Amino acid sequence: MAFREYKIGARLFGVALGLSMMITLYMPSLNIVEVGSTEMGLRKGLQYGRIGGFSVEDPFLKGEGKPLTVILKQDPRSGEQIEPVYAYVYKSGIPFTSAIRHPRIMGKGVEDLSLDTGRIGEATEKAGAVFVVSEGRWQGKKIHYIENATATRGWTPDVIMNSVTDADVRYIGAGKIMFVKEGCWWCHTLLPEETQDWQVFGAPPRLGDFNSESPTALGSDRKAPDLLHIGSRNSSREWMMMHFFNPRLVQPHSIMPRFDYLWGPADAQGNTIDYDKWRAEYNEYTAGKRIYPPDVPEPAANSEARKLIDFVLNLK
Amino acid sequence: MFKYLFAKNEEIPPGTAAVYFGFSSILWFVIGTGLGSFNAAKLAFPDFVTGYEYFSFGHMRQVHVMAVIFGWISMAFAMAMMYITPALGNTRLWSEKLGIWNCFLWNAGLSLGLTLLWMGMTSGREYSDFPWFIDLVVLFGVILPLGINVWMTIMKRRTQGIYTTNWFFGSAVFMVWIVLLVGNLPEYFQLTGLTEAYLTWWFAHNVLGLWITPVAAAIAYYTVPKVTGNPLYSHRIGHLHFWSVVVFYSTPAAHHLMSSPLPEWLKSFASVEGVLILVPAIAFVSNLLLTMTGKWRFFVDNVEIKFTITGVLMAIPLNMQGGFQQTRAINWYIHGTGWIVAHAHLALLGFSTFLEAAAVYYGLQTIMRRKLYSLTLANFHFWFLLIGFTIYWVSMTIAGLIQGAAKIYEVPYIDTVIAEHPYMIARWVGGTMVFTGNLVWLYNMWMTARAGTAIPAGRLPHELAYER
Ligand code: HEC
Ligand code: HEM
Repeated sequence: MAFREYKIGARLFGVALGLSMMITLYMPSLNIVEVGSTEMGLRKGLQYGRIGGFSVEDPFLKGEGKPLTVILKQDPRSGEQIEPVYAYVYKSGIPFTSAIRHPRIMGKGVEDLSLDTGRIGEATEKAGAVFVVSEGRWQGKKIHYIENATATRGWTPDVIMNSVTDADVRYIGAGKIMFVKEGCWWCHTLLPEETQDWQVFGAPPRLGDFNSESPTALGSDRKAPDLLHIGSRNSSREWMMMHFFNPRLVQPHSIMPRFDYLWGPADAQGNTIDYDKWRAEYNEYTAGKRIYPPDVPEPAANSEARKLIDFVLNLK
Repeated sequence: MFKYLFAKNEEIPPGTAAVYFGFSSILWFVIGTGLGSFNAAKLAFPDFVTGYEYFSFGHMRQVHVMAVIFGWISMAFAMAMMYITPALGNTRLWSEKLGIWNCFLWNAGLSLGLTLLWMGMTSGREYSDFPWFIDLVVLFGVILPLGINVWMTIMKRRTQGIYTTNWFFGSAVFMVWIVLLVGNLPEYFQLTGLTEAYLTWWFAHNVLGLWITPVAAAIAYYTVPKVTGNPLYSHRIGHLHFWSVVVFYSTPAAHHLMSSPLPEWLKSFASVEGVLILVPAIAFVSNLLLTMTGKWRFFVDNVEIKFTITGVLMAIPLNMQGGFQQTRAINWYIHGTGWIVAHAHLALLGFSTFLEAAAVYYGLQTIMRRKLYSLTLANFHFWFLLIGFTIYWVSMTIAGLIQGAAKIYEVPYIDTVIAEHPYMIARWVGGTMVFTGNLVWLYNMWMTARAGTAIPAGRLPHELAYER
């Protein structure tokens, strides 16, 4: 280093960079770990599963290794009618969401209730488990926590899946993967802005709304409506189906790409989808040679399109 | 290249690594801007190439961004480091062989990473889109070897002091390594929620602030004195620039998330620090413009200075935008609109690219000892880049202001889409001009290597520009 100045300089450089990291990384992390998860935060974590981008269990982002969200209208064991509950079903071997693996990230209170009352510590990935979100009290305040329904109510994944039909199952976790893989977040945000978006796009997220979600895919560059509350604005599966197949069927000026390829080879009835024919007919329609556009095929139950629509409609 | 991978270090001609990096960077520049132009066409005409998963906008956008940042810009940086660092230390590159391996791993890793991204294997985090194992390749196969070469060359220099450019080079490689390591923690350890969101933007901000901006500036600190023959106007101002980059540029990451529920103190702090970025910016611009004193004719008749000074001048609007658009008073209006896209291209395609293009022009001529094949084509390249970029920037800025207004007045969204349409087409036209200019550049540089006039010993390439 030859000069004394360089030694001093190198040390000062270390101090400056260290200080900057302390302020921008360490100090905010103190605030962030204190945040208690909200009900929305808990539900998001549970329905999306462990990780939403590239991961070892789902390297090609096909939506594998994700939990299922099931809407229960009757008690799966007794068959009694109950208030509809969302149950998050992790079949055997499906990796748990971070909140279950590291309950600490839910914040004090939520962590305590989930461990003591909710018994989430007893769940294992090997056996699989079913979780629900319940309401409890902590230091006099009403808060939500995660309940391991397999331990508390005997709802195992098999019991649940045998008591419902496919119509009650939502592939929200897999749908989030489609959202990430297809790059919807390059055009759509999931972050209504605090200053002006309340009226049209709904309330901005609160502090504890994402505790167990990754990636958050908030989006930075908005070329299209915010989707955080799209399910409350528009709950029509039919509309979504047409819009994803070809956005210009319902919105002639849209610049959204067609996502028809998410339908895969066959439709819900098992018929092969003839894309070339569909496109040719659609071109005739736009050229004014047909009065009606061709019909949009209904997506098959296990198609990527169905999963994506499940995800989008659940953004409430 | 392959024959050198296993050659002895002494047998590799000095400058080989820089030449490989130079040509790779130009090639990535062509590919990257081609992809950009393709994406722009998709935003203007949504049914342009439709029905294929791999050609949909959501699969292609990140490939463009990563190709230009890690292919073009960063490889041009590596090229500059490989010839400027030794030149300023009056020595040879520490290890030419490491440089060649570095270039090989870089190209291979980047091609693999981009292919995977294209297939949809993404982490879902903007700017750190690569899956985590590619991040590890970048850390250990790309940045670390580069750093070792730069640091060792500086240590083994045969001059007493270290010139400004080399402080920046040495520390920027170190800082970007740390930034890559820390910024990708969410992927290695599956961090979630606000931590993940914040670290994503911490990474994005710092990779721009501690890598792209300072290294580009460092290159200009070399090119301008070297070509004009004027000494740097002031080393003190250089110091001010360096230290204010380290202190002010490394802290405002949260200004990218002004409307998210991050702690309020953090957002306010980021905002103040963000305005202070004007300190290094003003130091840099004034230092270089004052270095030009008495030599302004070079701005007209020399390609390298034309590129460099245009880039430096673009740093003025860039930092004025950057400093103020992130304050709460303005951010709410333009956040998330095309304005930001325009700003990003002003930084990367305007400011940064112009400085690196000069370094690649100059470096390739000096190392290969060959005069530029055609000055006319170089001027053509310059004007296509400048005009294309200007069309891009103006149209996206207007589109952004429209989006901003629509956001505030709560116009039905589709009306915004309709109103933006002409500007989307203009952006595509501008971007395609940039792409065309780059094709010409590739041809020009290739012909320089094959058919350029040899430069006699003791002369500098730009001295011969107008000689036959
Ligand atoms: C090129 C940008 C772009 C991409 C990529 C994109 N969209 Fe869109 N999207 C738009 C635009 C523009 C609109 C508004 C016009 C319309 O309704 O089609 C829109 C509208 C929507 C709407 C209706 C919103 C409302 O408020 O009525 C939904 C839902 C939607 N998109 C979902 C998605 C999903 C899911 C994806 C990913 C598979 C996606 N979009 C990808 C541009 C895009
Ligand atoms: C060296 C040159 C370039 C660099 C470094 C560069 C860099 C970038 C970056 C960083 C982004 C992300 C912007 C953001 O998120 O705000 C981006 C997006 C984009 N770029 Fe470029 N770019 C370059 C050239 C081009 C060219 C020539 C075109 C052609 C038109 C182009 C078209 C686009 C498009 C269409 C997007 C997507 C914008 C959006 O999502 O709204 N870029 N580029």
